[in-house]
Amino acid sequence: MRDKVEVLVGTKKGAFILESDAARQQWRVRGPFCETWPIHHFVRASDGTLYAGGGSNWYGATVFRSDDEGATWSQSSAGLTYGDDEPKVTNIWNLTPSADGKTLYAGVEPAGLFRSDDRGETWTHVAGLREHPSQPEWQPGNGGLILHSIAIDPTDAHHLWVGISSVGAFETTDGGKTWETRNKGVRADFYPGPPPDFGQCVHKMLIDPSDPQRLIQQNHCGVYRSDDGGASWTEITNNLPSDFGFPMAVHPRRPETMWVIPMTGPGEGRHMIDGHAAVWRSRDRGDSWEQLDAGLPLQNAYLTVLREAMGTDRLDPTGVYFGTSTGQVFGSADEGENWQLLADFLPDVWSVEAASIEG
Amino acid sequence: MAQVYLPRSLVALFVEPPPRHLTVEASSLGDLVEDLDARWPGMADRLLEPGPQIRVHINVFVNGERERDLRTPLASDSVVHVIPAVAGG
Repeated sequence: MRDKVEVLVGTKKGAFILESDAARQQWRVRGPFCETWPIHHFVRASDGTLYAGGGSNWYGATVFRSDDEGATWSQSSAGLTYGDDEPKVTNIWNLTPSADGKTLYAGVEPAGLFRSDDRGETWTHVAGLREHPSQPEWQPGNGGLILHSIAIDPTDAHHLWVGISSVGAFETTDGGKTWETRNKGVRADFYPGPPPDFGQCVHKMLIDPSDPQRLIQQNHCGVYRSDDGGASWTEITNNLPSDFGFPMAVHPRRPETMWVIPMTGPGEGRHMIDGHAAVWRSRDRGDSWEQLDAGLPLQNAYLTVLREAMGTDRLDPTGVYFGTSTGQVFGSADEGENWQLLADFLPDVWSVEAASIEG
Repeated sequence: MAQVYLPRSLVALFVEPPPRHLTVEASSLGDLVEDLDARWPGMADRLLEPGPQIRVHINVFVNGERERDLRTPLASDSVVHVIPAVAGG
């Protein structure tokens, strides 16, 4: 039996699939899929279904689905609306399938959460989130007012967290009826005075796959971890060269290992520092970080990696992948020690998800 | 029966795509979208946004005149063109 590894890439102009064997040295590119729509997130559910979400300036926001490895696609946005008197949903920023593949969540712009229990045919608004008393005061980040992070407790399907830019983290324990802010300990340097209850600019938030009380986030103002389900956060920026970045990835089996990509700050271009491409890895849940750059361009590489554009496969050693807003996809088959360019000249990469499939 | 012309980028979104040129029995633009949606479910979501109203970057011409109002009447000899706004990039 040979494993197949795939990297699902969402771009400004369609979705692509990069495929390799378990050696992860030779890659084949398939696509573009989804009629070259802007695709913010491209994922595979545990039942094998491919989903891609995005928004067209002409035709609005929708979720594409393929049941045949990308050969054919359907799309639906039935129910993806706040109603005729409310703002229109313009974009899908995140798709997160439940572990059993039966429920699919969508995080959208302007910020809100929808769920589908029929494989994306129809959608239901998880209205409790926008009924939170803070909602009238939600403010957009540079990318818009977007719900981009969805974390599901693997032991309790009614227990979720979401991350919204630039509002922060929320938690629900009743399937989305009620929500609480979860931003204690997270800086918001762009606000005067002490950190507010909400208004933090989370860029990417992930759940520890082995312990649902553990969360991590790359924020506009640093990197953080929580050991109490988001009730409080501890900054773990530590020796990183910048507190700014967008994506974050966590090891699928050893969650004390995680990766970030520090970039220059919001007023300094938001790209690789000094034009030197590097991924930083921690082996101790963020107590310390090491720079990994073997095989990456080390000069004149002013690359930007956006919030959804880094992922890991499940092989051992784990593969790590990231894509750039200038169309490159880089990959490492050894947890970041060595890197190679897997694809170049793609459209702007907005999302990267990796999976290994027993073939 | 109004004659309707649909853009390639729209029909390509459907597993069993509608023809680019078809005839529809409809008394208004709203009726036309309703009929198309009944035959190709999801079509209304692609053409309309909350209001409901025609999506801001979708242009609909009736007998050569740009119309935005879903109440715009159609006659049996009306010719309707659905055209996405021109854009670069």
